[in-house]
Amino acid sequence: MISLAGRDVLHAWGKFVFTGVGLGLLIGVTLTMAGVYRGMVDDAKVLLNNSGADLWVVQKDTLGPYAEPSSLYDDVYRSILGMPGVARAANVTYLTMQVRQHNRDVRAMVVGIVPDGPGVPGYLMAGRQISRSHYEAVADIATGFKLGQVIRIRRNNYTVVGLTRRMVSSGGDPMVFIPLKDAQEAQFLKDNDAIISQRNRTSANPAFNQPGAPDLLNAVIDSQSSNPYVNAVLVQIKPGYSAEQVAEPVRRWKRLQVYTREQMEEILVAKLIATSSKQIGMFLVILAIVSAAIVAFIIYTLTMGKIREIAVLKLIGTRNRTIASMIMQQAVGLGLIGFIVGKISATIWAPMFPKYVLLEPGDALRGFIAVVIICILASVLAIRAALKVDPAEAIGG
Amino acid sequence: MSTSPAGRGIIIEGMRKRYGEGDTAVDALKDVNMVVQPGEVVGLIGPSGSGKTTLLKCLGAVIEPSAGRMTLGNNTIFDNGWMIKDLRALRRDNIGFVFQAPYLIPFLDVTDNVALLPMLAGLSNNESRQRAVELLGALDVAHRAKAMPSELSGGEQQRVAIARALVNKPPVILADEPTAPLDSERAMSVVRILNQMAQQYQTAIIVVTHDEKIIPTFKRIYHIRDGSTHEEAGEGRAFD
Repeated sequence: MISLAGRDVLHAWGKFVFTGVGLGLLIGVTLTMAGVYRGMVDDAKVLLNNSGADLWVVQKDTLGPYAEPSSLYDDVYRSILGMPGVARAANVTYLTMQVRQHNRDVRAMVVGIVPDGPGVPGYLMAGRQISRSHYEAVADIATGFKLGQVIRIRRNNYTVVGLTRRMVSSGGDPMVFIPLKDAQEAQFLKDNDAIISQRNRTSANPAFNQPGAPDLLNAVIDSQSSNPYVNAVLVQIKPGYSAEQVAEPVRRWKRLQVYTREQMEEILVAKLIATSSKQIGMFLVILAIVSAAIVAFIIYTLTMGKIREIAVLKLIGTRNRTIASMIMQQAVGLGLIGFIVGKISATIWAPMFPKYVLLEPGDALRGFIAVVIICILASVLAIRAALKVDPAEAIGG
Repeated sequence: MSTSPAGRGIIIEGMRKRYGEGDTAVDALKDVNMVVQPGEVVGLIGPSGSGKTTLLKCLGAVIEPSAGRMTLGNNTIFDNGWMIKDLRALRRDNIGFVFQAPYLIPFLDVTDNVALLPMLAGLSNNESRQRAVELLGALDVAHRAKAMPSELSGGEQQRVAIARALVNKPPVILADEPTAPLDSERAMSVVRILNQMAQQYQTAIIVVTHDEKIIPTFKRIYHIRDGSTHEEAGEGRAFD
């Protein structure tokens, strides 16, 4: 038996192809939306993987350091190092800000790291790791910075000595790594006018400026202009210990919040990007409905344009299922063209997005199945109309 | 009961068709009696509203007559009710249709337009196409076998439609004003072909027509008026 649907498509291929391309662009947007969500999840996982940590020690009763502000004294890591099962521990700070390079700003997450400690970028594409205590930076290539370039963070200049990639915050901002002390300063450093103003206010306060305690004022001013805080302590555990085994004593004895990798992933994926994923989910549902409506309308219109032919086919003995199959095959064919165009489109434009778009084969497969199901459902209306056609219409009268 | 009557020809006895019920009932066919022998082409003529189209739909198993009897070959297919359940198969295997407009399937080429019916009946693609090509040759359109319907002239399209009607070797062909859109020469050509095919395939052909040009070619004519038929001899004029 010849394929009636195939012949009809070949006969009016231009109409099908152009409609399929239009549908394909819509499917491409749908796949891209799924890719945006996958990219967000992947960014979150990459953030955790790249930190190199097994445990995150943060301020008690916070979800820090990525989901909520967290503040710890920078000497806490020493006591953590002494806990059983801890192999390495290092302070880390995170600050999302504008980083200047000549006349342009780049939104980046500035990460303060201890050279050779957990949190150092795992691999570099070019250059070297930070080796000096100040004014060197390793930047993600998504910042657009190049080796040797000088970037400005707050009031200080940093030379880019290394480039890395796929080091992004959970929000997709590229990371810039600088020495911890510089990062601590960057978090709290005020401008000169503010410092002078603060010193004057402190000097005018009789509680701090006492004639009998001449060093008190200096001590207070020093404490106000230095930053002894970090956002978290990244911990690597010794072989043979489980994450929970090491985390529990820290929670208990240090009265700090400790998250394992699974818990941190849960925070990032289930809490931090939960609203975004719902937003994207809504888009996906709407796009699926719009796609279904378009396919249904097109197939219905095409079928209505063939009423006389369908009447003749029924009159000469074509079975209903053959006619229904013809319409359904056309709908699925339209979906196939749309899916191919959509997949190609999404693959072409995904790298152009400012944030990471991850097109997973699994999503493509699920998208393909969804397209086929949507097309089959969308053809029902046209099939119902076709099956209602009276073969007597071919005879006329 | 098989949907393929063993014999040929069609016999209609006392066929009636009523639309509606009670006071609003309309008797479209009151008393239709016809006999068309195998190999014979008869004319069915009558004014508008006389019941021609209703009769054609009843004969084509598209609508159900209210009463009467219809025999195709040796098989009674209607006796105050359909005797066959699968009317679709009945139409496919036993009744050929030729319409005023050819109504070829626009997305199939000439061969497949004709071969579609045997394919629907279960024949293989090769066998169906072979049968189609043979018929197209007999109707002198074999050279357009690969053409699409839109590339054919009106006369060629009508010959392809006749081939489609004949391809399953039905005992009866119903032709609904097959020459209406054609000029005299092509109209006569179509009637000549119908007569040849009726002879060659021993098919009974009923031609519904208003066409004054072709009426003199029928040897027998059924007039239908107010839903009733009466037979009269035609001129049976020879073709030029």
